[in-house]
Amino acid sequence: MSTKRKEKARVISQNRLAPGIYDLRLFTEMAKEAEAGQFVGVYTKDASKLLPRPISICEADKEQGVLRLVYRIAGEGTAEISTLQEGQQVELLGVLGSGFPLCKAQGKQTVLMGGGIGIPPMLELAKELKEMGTEPVIIAGYRDGELFLKEDLERYGKVLVATEDGSVGTKGNVLTAVQEQKVNAEVIMACGPMPMLRAIKSYAVQQGIKAYISLEERMACGVGACLGCVCTTTAKDPHSHVKNARICTDGPVFEAREVDI
Amino acid sequence: MNTEITIAGVTFQNPVMTASGTFGSGMEYGEFVDLNRLGAVVTKGVANVPWEGNKTPRVAEVYGGMLNAIGLQNPGIDVFLERDIPFLKKFDTKIIVNVCGKTVEDYLEVVERLGEAPVDMLEINVSCPNVKEGAIAFGQKADCLYDITKQIKRVAKQPVIMKLSPNVTDIGEMARAAEAAGADGVSLINTLTGMKIDIHKRRFVLANKTGGMSGPAIKPVAVRMVYQAAHAVKIPVIGMGGIATAEDAIEFLLAGASAVAVGAMNFVNPYATIEIIEGIEAYMKQYGIKDLSELIGAVEE
Repeated sequence: MSTKRKEKARVISQNRLAPGIYDLRLFTEMAKEAEAGQFVGVYTKDASKLLPRPISICEADKEQGVLRLVYRIAGEGTAEISTLQEGQQVELLGVLGSGFPLCKAQGKQTVLMGGGIGIPPMLELAKELKEMGTEPVIIAGYRDGELFLKEDLERYGKVLVATEDGSVGTKGNVLTAVQEQKVNAEVIMACGPMPMLRAIKSYAVQQGIKAYISLEERMACGVGACLGCVCTTTAKDPHSHVKNARICTDGPVFEAREVDI
Repeated sequence: MNTEITIAGVTFQNPVMTASGTFGSGMEYGEFVDLNRLGAVVTKGVANVPWEGNKTPRVAEVYGGMLNAIGLQNPGIDVFLERDIPFLKKFDTKIIVNVCGKTVEDYLEVVERLGEAPVDMLEINVSCPNVKEGAIAFGQKADCLYDITKQIKRVAKQPVIMKLSPNVTDIGEMARAAEAAGADGVSLINTLTGMKIDIHKRRFVLANKTGGMSGPAIKPVAVRMVYQAAHAVKIPVIGMGGIATAEDAIEFLLAGASAVAVGAMNFVNPYATIEIIEGIEAYMKQYGIKDLSELIGAVEE
């Protein structure tokens, strides 16, 4: 169990992967503790913006201590982060959240589904699954032909592509690809926009399989204290004693049946 | 050098506390800071029964601060007594329990249940802007505040601090009402009611439409109100509102606060409380101040 902390990291590189999508590599000891599905809070230097931006971990090189974050510019904060250059320092809060339960995939046909900016966390997940001998099928849902991270993902499993505009692969979303390509899943792990996660939940319920989905919400503390980023749970949560779980600490990954989305 | 301060008969090792709702019951930030070093942990508000709180989004960032509309989600007094109090008792810090309710009876039930519990002080939340019933309704009219304070004082076993809302016309009048009803102290400011609109979606950012504003941007308002309250009453004042650094905390002490609480800045800098304690000590050393009490209300008129 790692200790959460706030500390400086050094920027190794920053690259633009697609319009509005950036790839930030950082030297930080946090990389050694990071697990697939966890996230870090990235601080901006602008003092008028106080709160760290929660960004999912795309890859963690534990030996080199390199953390890779692939994120979309969603506002002024992430726009500022996208200007960080090699050699500069940035403050991180981490490592945060509970990641994907790899043990649930052991020996099972595992399908990873990433939609849009939900694709990056699938990379570390695919890597860790392959390392433990469970090579996954990865379905990546893109808006168009800007297939960021596709080649990286191909190192760790078979990649199927769906695009909203039909320019590459299946025209439609990740579930259209499941149907069209007759993908058989015994367990699903997914991250992406809420409509996609809702569709995955109903698919998993219908198929009688488990789906582990990563949720998002506006966050403040990131460590479970402020109760800002809750999601509704189907049963009473053991910590809150109401039907609310904290996405930042109890999640962001939940079994789909546990949450009312 | 003495950093101890005594409020209503309770001696705190230093004047730095956590503001209710920003620190849980200390479990989460115990990973970042040594809770033994804090003057007090002021808990998240606790009611007689579990509260679900508001719908999300519950938080939004604003210039120099944030809005929150958590809606006082809490696990209720039963869980709190079984889990949170025993956790906090393991540390060498004072425990101040923040109490919330929808009706006077709710507040009284929690206060009575806490009577036998090993807590040092109660802070009564009559100033949360984010719940529809109770809470702030008791804190915006002097006669309502007087009445609920009086009733709580009748049943409370521990000293009672009334947490005041800044969303009033005359903070001095509110502080005087609490004092007249027997409150052992007042704490202020709770958050300022605010609003944020997403112009692209043309929707309110918070599900609750309004939220309480906190963070460094509210500090000058808080310092002014602490100064006014401290001049209006003889009971101690605990000051809070946008405290980020030791310099901020010292401003509140000079304005008349006997202690200070760190709120939203815990979210930004989880080490803020400890840095402020150390910064106050450095300031005392720099100016040759032997006892913290020399600073309280020491701004030159």
